Amino acid sequence: MLYVQVLVNGLVLGGLYSCIAVGFSLVWGVLNVINILHGSLIILGSYAAFFAYQYLHIDPFLFVPAAAFLLFCLGYAIQLVFINRVMGSPVLITLTLTFGLNLLLYNLMILAFKADFRKVILSPPLGSANLGGIVVPIDRLIGMAFAIALVGLLYALLRGTRIGRAIVAVRMDREAAQLMGVNVGRIYAITFGLGAAMAGAAGSLFSVMFPISPETANALLGKAFVICILGGLGSVPGVMVGGLTLGTIESYSALFFGPEYSVTISFSLLILLLMFRPTGIMGRRGFQ
Amino acid sequence: MILRLADVSRRFGGLVAVNRVSFELKAGEVVGLIGPNGAGKTTLVNLVTGVHRPQAGEIRYGGERIDRLPPDQIARRGIARTFQVVQPFPHMTVLENVTGGALFAGGIKTIRQAKDEAMEHLKFTGLADFAARPASALTLANRKRLELAKSLATNPRLLLLDEVNAGLNAAEIDAALDLIRAIADRGITILLIEHVMKVVLTATTRLLVLHQGELIADGSPDNVTRDPRVIEAYLGPKYAARYAPAAP
Amino acid sequence: MTRLIVVATALVLVALPFMADNYVLRLATTMLMYSALALGWNFIGGFAGYPSFATAAFFGLGAYAGGVLQTRGVPMPAAWLLAGAIVALFAAALGRAILHLRGHYFAIATLVAAEVLREVTNSATDLTGGGMGLNLPVLSADVTTQARLFYFAMLVVAAAALATTALVAESRLGFGLRCIQQNEDAAIMLGINTRRYKVVAFTLSAVFPGVCGGIYASWVNYIDPTDVYDVLLSVKPIVMVLLGGAGTVLGGVYGAFLFLLMEELVWRNLLQFHAGLLGIIVVCLVLFLPHGLRGIGLPSLLSRWRQRTREATP
Repeated sequence: MLYVQVLVNGLVLGGLYSCIAVGFSLVWGVLNVINILHGSLIILGSYAAFFAYQYLHIDPFLFVPAAAFLLFCLGYAIQLVFINRVMGSPVLITLTLTFGLNLLLYNLMILAFKADFRKVILSPPLGSANLGGIVVPIDRLIGMAFAIALVGLLYALLRGTRIGRAIVAVRMDREAAQLMGVNVGRIYAITFGLGAAMAGAAGSLFSVMFPISPETANALLGKAFVICILGGLGSVPGVMVGGLTLGTIESYSALFFGPEYSVTISFSLLILLLMFRPTGIMGRRGFQ
Repeated sequence: MILRLADVSRRFGGLVAVNRVSFELKAGEVVGLIGPNGAGKTTLVNLVTGVHRPQAGEIRYGGERIDRLPPDQIARRGIARTFQVVQPFPHMTVLENVTGGALFAGGIKTIRQAKDEAMEHLKFTGLADFAARPASALTLANRKRLELAKSLATNPRLLLLDEVNAGLNAAEIDAALDLIRAIADRGITILLIEHVMKVVLTATTRLLVLHQGELIADGSPDNVTRDPRVIEAYLGPKYAARYAPAAP
Repeated sequence: MTRLIVVATALVLVALPFMADNYVLRLATTMLMYSALALGWNFIGGFAGYPSFATAAFFGLGAYAGGVLQTRGVPMPAAWLLAGAIVALFAAALGRAILHLRGHYFAIATLVAAEVLREVTNSATDLTGGGMGLNLPVLSADVTTQARLFYFAMLVVAAAALATTALVAESRLGFGLRCIQQNEDAAIMLGINTRRYKVVAFTLSAVFPGVCGGIYASWVNYIDPTDVYDVLLSVKPIVMVLLGGAGTVLGGVYGAFLFLLMEELVWRNLLQFHAGLLGIIVVCLVLFLPHGLRGIGLPSLLSRWRQRTREATP
């Protein structure tokens, strides 16, 4: 029974993790840029939700679209002003740039919000649900539902809308897309904005379940890495698989080794994957 | 016997690129390899040079099995190739590009000596005047010569030329032909992949024909160009009528 | 002319500890350490063109290796050299495991290596003191002598790094690495054993930061995982080399000097936000000077100025 509880914990967590990683995967797959800012953007979304709840009494779950919108605008601007100038540059340059931007954002957040942890405490609290002996906190359950819905929404957007198809086209072949009349520069900005929007949404959900502080930004970025490599880069279903897998692995490793080793284990897993199977579980490289 | 392929096969996913190909090259021969696009010619070269591993069959070079060796070791044993799409070191000078060939697979120990060797190869291929220019500044024809010079610098016994004449005009092709003859005169075995029939017919003493991964002909240019299978697969009846030697 | 400059610089460097106060000496020691880190990174990042973020891993491992050895009674210089050897072995093993990766995948693997090492160090409390840090035995010498000692130690490492860079640049290894950087597939076809060359470059990029780490631990007497495995230790050398010119011999040194200057100015004036300002510096550098100072034509400006003054004198 304990193992089932641990599994459920892992899957619920994994749903949220997928939402955390999907924006990162999108930006990497389409722009070929590793967005070191991603973790900080999630935390920014969390803070936005936190302050909205504290001062405007908006429920963090309902704040998700607002967080997504705010972060979309920020992401769009960041891409246009900074990242656009290094598109096509070697990995070293783009990575160092996003690193520098992250350093800036991270320290601005520490300056503005201080490093101590905040948590959204819903009142009245939502409590836990008991599903046949398995205990699941309701806030996490709702969070997972929202997360999966958001990932599904992104998937539908990429498959069904013109913009989505354009994004996929740019990922597959930038020059061919240009020849088809796609404004690649605008697509890059929109994609980065979308990635940031997903981060903001994830952050909003995150704020209910976990304490927030700028210091968690790096850990979140690390998880996004692992999920992308686990699930294979560039596919939304892959991110889902990666997220659920990571959540489950972390849950079980917390049981067997204690929660303090979860980061070590997930990073060791990452190194092993990179050494032997960089294409991940799904083994695909295209974008869908 | 410098190169021998026995029943070599290779597939990529569902596509069989090379299907049970067997042939031999004798030292000093100049052999042509022709066939339609997608027949597997470049794949064959990749198999010999170690870029891909055959999934069946053996490749022997001077008696030694090489089909399991990594490409750099094969290069050091004296097999060189040119690329269809030229692959220079773009930010290095022409001289440095060729020096690379001499310094590593060519077996020369010091950079100074390698540079001197490289200069000789540049003179041989007519690029001596461009020695100090960046490789990226050359015209297509000269880049092809650079490819050739690099390969020669590695001191090969077997040279695989992959469409060295693609994109060249008639005058450039004639110059290339002279170069190929000069190389053959040095005793280097050459396998020439070509679409330009004039080159193949004048420079080679034997022709191999590849079609959909299979070797469908292996013989003198006269015989091969009259082979009905080759005509159907590649040459076409009009060509055969025009170029086939008169019936005895 | 160049020989004169070299000799003059060497004399200044050797005489400095006996002429300057402790503050300047500390700065100079840091500058030498930064040079060694930058020169080290240059082997894998500049010559071979592989974006390594592993410098922090090597530095931290060196610091802990040296530190732990010293707490067990190993004399300082031996501890430093052993730290270097341990880091070199680690780098060779890691290199064989991840150097088949390229671009982003390789960069991530190196980033993660530092994180894993940090976590492992954190957990191995019995050996390393874990999150509470490691205290090193204090030397029984006065402050000035100590300052001079560590200055000379870093000077030796930096000089060794510089000498190795110069040697490699003119050697077969250096030529091969440059070929790998420009077109790895073509390099393989020319007979270059790319795997071996990359592992050698990676190991070279580790040994100097490793020894620096060991010296650093003895210098500051107290280390903890967050400090010595800080990812900034991977990013700063990259920024320094970008500033001074990647793949050149002295680029790392120029960059280290300029970077330290900027850092001191920022630190002195804006303690609170200095990491954020570092971020701004990095962003500006990448956007406006991607080829470092060579990009704005500093060397050619200099040579043109020299030519003009030469022409002016009758």
